[in-house]
Amino acid sequence: MIRLSVPFRQAVSRLSPVLMLMLSLGCILIGRADQHFDEDLRAGLNDILAPAYMVFATPIQAAEHGTGVVGHLFSLSEENAQLREQNEELLQWQEVAMALQAQNDALKASMNYVPSPMPQYSTGEVVADTGGVYDRSVLVLVPPANGNPQSLVGAVAMDGRGVAGRVVEAGARSARVLLISDLNSRIPVALGANGAPALMAGRNDPTPALIYWSPGQPPAEGAMVLTSAQGGAFPPGLPVGVVHYNAQNDPVVLPLANLDALRLLRLFSYPDNLPVLTQIPHTKPAPESRHGKRH
Amino acid sequence: MSRLPAARRRQTIWRQLDAAARWALPGAMLAFGLFLLGLPFHIPGQALLRPAYAMGCVYFWSLFRPGSMPIPLTGLIGLLLDLMGVTPPGLWAVLLILLQSATLLARRRLAPRRFLFTWAAFTGFAAGTSLLAWGMQSGLGFSLLPLWPSGLEILISAALYPALAAVLVRVHRGAAAVELS
Repeated sequence: MIRLSVPFRQAVSRLSPVLMLMLSLGCILIGRADQHFDEDLRAGLNDILAPAYMVFATPIQAAEHGTGVVGHLFSLSEENAQLREQNEELLQWQEVAMALQAQNDALKASMNYVPSPMPQYSTGEVVADTGGVYDRSVLVLVPPANGNPQSLVGAVAMDGRGVAGRVVEAGARSARVLLISDLNSRIPVALGANGAPALMAGRNDPTPALIYWSPGQPPAEGAMVLTSAQGGAFPPGLPVGVVHYNAQNDPVVLPLANLDALRLLRLFSYPDNLPVLTQIPHTKPAPESRHGKRH
Repeated sequence: MSRLPAARRRQTIWRQLDAAARWALPGAMLAFGLFLLGLPFHIPGQALLRPAYAMGCVYFWSLFRPGSMPIPLTGLIGLLLDLMGVTPPGLWAVLLILLQSATLLARRRLAPRRFLFTWAAFTGFAAGTSLLAWGMQSGLGFSLLPLWPSGLEILISAALYPALAAVLVRVHRGAAAVELS
C-alpha cells in the first residue's frame, strides 16, 4: 500500500471535488462537441448490461404471466374451446381477406402500381426502461446483427398494435428505442381518410401533441393517425393512434401502442430506396417559359 | 505481534477482505440499485425513481459515512446514471458531486439532528439538484423544457427518502458497519 503524507492526502481530498467537477464538465463538453462519444459509450454499456437485464427480467415476466404451468393446465380445456371458436371465425375472415387480396391484385395490375419496398424486421424483448426525467426510451435486446449493427439505427419500432418509436442507438446486442412520447420525438403524420399532413410532437406524457396541421383542416376527433412519408424518415401508412381533444381543447394523439408496458417490439428496417421527394429547382425559370407566355 | 497495539497489528487477508467489502458496500448497493430500477416493472413514473434513488443514497452516505462515498465514486455513479438514461454524459456526475459537496459542507450541522430535520434538508438539496438539472438540460438542449417533471422528481425524492433511509440505516449499522476491534 502506498503511504502518503498527511498534508498531501489532505490536499488531494480538498482538490478532488474540484477536479471531478472539471472532469465531469469536460465530459459534457466532449459529448456536445462529438455526438459519437456518448453514443459509443452508451452502446458499449448497453451491450454489457442487456444480458444481465435479461437474466433479471425473466423471473419478473414469469411471475407476471400468472401461476405458471400448473395454473395453465386447469384452464386448458376452456382455452381450447375458445380457440376453436376463434379459429372458425378467423377462417371466415381468411376467405374474405383472400377475396379482397385477389381484387386488390387485379386493381393494382390494372393501374401499374409499384409496390412499396418490403422491410426487414427483427423482434426483440424490451429488457429495460432507460428513460429519465426528460426522456422516454426503452432498451431492446436484439439478435446479434449480421455485420453492421448501425443498420438498425433509424428502424421503426412497433408493438402489436402501432408505432412505438424509432431506434436511435444500436450496439451488437441491444438497441435503444426513443419512444414517440419523448420530448425530442417529431414524426410526420397523415390524419384521417384524406391524409391531411401534421406533425406529432412528444410531450413527455402519454399523449403526444399534434402541431402544424393545416388551418383549413383541423384534426377531427377520432380520426386515424398514420405515419406519413414526408421527409423520408418513415414509410407511409403505419398506424400510430387516434386523434383526441384534451381538456385544454388541443388535439393530441392517443397512441395505439401500449407505451407504458412495452414487452416485445418489432424493429422494421426499411431499405434506403424510399421514394425521393421531388426536388424543386431554386434557379430562375428558363427563358422558354417566358417565350411560351407571349403566345 | 501481540506486543504491538491493536491498531498497528498486521491484518490477515480475510480481515482485509472483510474491511474492503464493508467499505465498498454503499457504492455497490447504489450501482446495483440503479441497475434494478431499469428493469421493466411497468410502474408509471419509474424513470423518475432512478435519479431520486441516486440522490437519496449519495446524501445519506455523505452524511453518515463520507469515507465510503468518495467523490470520484460519486462522479462515476453519476456517469453511470447518465449512460443508463439518455441525459448528456457527465450531467448527473456534476449534479451528484455538487449535491455531495453541499452535504459535506453542512454535515456537522446536519448529522446530529433528528430525522425530520435531515429529511427536510434532503428535500431542499433534492429540489436544488432537480432545478439545476432542469436548467442544465434546458441550456444544453437550447430549449425551455417543461418544469413539471422536475417538480414531480422533487416530490418522489422526498417521498422515497424515509423508506430509503430506513433500509440504509440498517445497512449502515449491520453489513456495512466498520468493524472496530
